[in-house]
Amino acid sequence: MPRRSALYALTDNADNGSGWGKRVPGDTVLETEDLTKDFAGFVAVRAVNLRVARGAIHAMIGPNGAGKTTCFNLLSKFLSPTRGRIVFDGRDITALRPAEVARLGLVRSFQISAVFPHLTVLENVRIALQRRRGGSFDFWRGKSVLRTLDERAGVLLADVGLAAYAHVPAVQLPYGRKRALEIATTIALDPQMLLLDEPMSGMGREDIERISALIKSLAVHRTVLMVEHNLSVVANLCDRITVLSRGEVLAEGDYRTVSADPAVREAYLGTGHA
Amino acid sequence: MTALADPPIVEARRDGERSLVVAFAVMVALLVVGPFVVYPVFLMQALCFALFACAFNLLVGYVGLLSFGHALFFGWASYLCAHAAKRWGFPPEAAVLFGTLSGAVLGLVAGSIAIRRQGIYFAMITLALAQMMYFVAVRAPFTGGEDGIQDVPRGHLFGVFDLSHEMTMYVFILVMVLASFLFIYRIINSPFGEVLKAIRENEPRAISLGYNTDRYKLCAFVLSATLAGLAGALKALVFQLASLTDVYWTMSGEVVLMTLVGGLGTVFGPVVGAFLIVAMENYLAQFGQWVLVIQGVIFVACVLVFRRGIVGELAHALGVRL
Ligand SMILES: Nc1ncnc2c1ncn2[C@@H]1O[C@H](COP(=O)(O)OP(=O)(O)OP(=O)(O)O)[C@@H](O)[C@H]1O
Ligand SMILES: [Mg+2]
Repeated sequence: MPRRSALYALTDNADNGSGWGKRVPGDTVLETEDLTKDFAGFVAVRAVNLRVARGAIHAMIGPNGAGKTTCFNLLSKFLSPTRGRIVFDGRDITALRPAEVARLGLVRSFQISAVFPHLTVLENVRIALQRRRGGSFDFWRGKSVLRTLDERAGVLLADVGLAAYAHVPAVQLPYGRKRALEIATTIALDPQMLLLDEPMSGMGREDIERISALIKSLAVHRTVLMVEHNLSVVANLCDRITVLSRGEVLAEGDYRTVSADPAVREAYLGTGHA
Repeated sequence: MTALADPPIVEARRDGERSLVVAFAVMVALLVVGPFVVYPVFLMQALCFALFACAFNLLVGYVGLLSFGHALFFGWASYLCAHAAKRWGFPPEAAVLFGTLSGAVLGLVAGSIAIRRQGIYFAMITLALAQMMYFVAVRAPFTGGEDGIQDVPRGHLFGVFDLSHEMTMYVFILVMVLASFLFIYRIINSPFGEVLKAIRENEPRAISLGYNTDRYKLCAFVLSATLAGLAGALKALVFQLASLTDVYWTMSGEVVLMTLVGGLGTVFGPVVGAFLIVAMENYLAQFGQWVLVIQGVIFVACVLVFRRGIVGELAHALGVRL
């Protein structure tokens, strides 16, 4: 799968002014400091210090209501943190707006499938490609200028097994395929880092394998932070795991370390997970 | 995972384009024959409202923003066009341009204030701004209060075409409205229009893809206000009158009605809706206040029976785009 992303991974943006240390490949790409979100007294995320290494597939797991999605909302700036700081790629993004964060190359997906329902599958992916192409304010031009993007969109759809559905309105796709479409749309932006919130929920086994392989291939030049409930997927795919419980980091490490941690076992058993 | 039935592929979409071309040809043919059958003034009035409704539909149908204050742009452009033509002696093309630009400026101001709000709050803020400007129109001396600006000269277009001739005026209005109609079609089928549709469909997702959605919405708002302004300016020349009715909230309501009756988010719906409502107002005028009641009944019937509006239902039944 040839991808342009190599450029991204190798570009050295040495212009970070945040003083969070020099950038070396394999070094920290995303870091939070004391990240906290207080919903009118209910602290959903509490003093989270997260470090994600460049090129890693990093999992965030935890029982329902642990604050994983809230964490993603903070990282993508869909919510403003009550306290704390977020540094992405050597740049403090705490004060940025969500669209700006996305344009820096930190792109999120949503836990509840987020497609453009009445656009076709191809148009869904093309919207993402169009953002990188530019010229999206050109209201006087015909949309036929976007046809140059169709080929790339077709490749992206093929990668997630949706080539046959290119001209179907997204709303008609079954749930699992919508998730695949969402991933294709996210990848179309060629982001430096992906935040995937339960990307494989609702998928059949075959699709899980396909998407796992896809995520693995992505992470060659990119970083992935993903929430995933399917622990066998996590065990196979992820280099590092952060366990969240009641808004706090309970444990961190590789799968062996984390799964052996008594606190983690208790948190999971306590809420009925395996 | 469920296998899908064979998807409707490119063929169906090309058919959709063809239905639009056919519908456009029918519309143009009717409008060419029209003035020989019914009063040109009626057609011109309906055309102005059709343009107004199309401009409104651009915002509500393709961005999902329900403005309840579009009379602001329509009415003020009407006043300023009338003022420029009558008191400053502007030729018609310059007066119309002036009115249209005023729509753009007002759209930029009102849009900047309203655009950050969503749903019902957006509708309420646009209504509040429009009502505020209605009271300004009541008070401002140049608007002529209850009398409005009367006897606006139509003048000579480009110094050549005498617009006091009904047929010349009709051709002028027809050309302007058709050109604007095609322009709006172009907008919704442009790269910009694709982003608008994405925002309508799922704004958070559009943001997460890096689109600064507020700027797109504002741009659409200004385009819509500009075209609503053009409609108001043309209307001032047609009736040679600008009055408080055009800035009142009922005018904002009427354009909502036209668009809903015709079919929200359809290409031809606003035109059909405008002709229907204007025809009703003209031919039912004898019933006085009952027009409002009849309109209300039609509105309720449309919402209940034709959820998609007349054109929307037709397009759905035929399986084409209209
Ligand atoms: N906007 C909000 N206002 C108030 N409370 C919220 C808000 N969003 C989330 N919460 C609360 O914060 C807690 C964490 O929610 P979050 O969605 O982050 O959990 P999660 O780890 O993603 O869970 P799941 O596995 O079910 O997706 C929950 O108790 C939730 O009710
Ligand atoms: Mg969640």
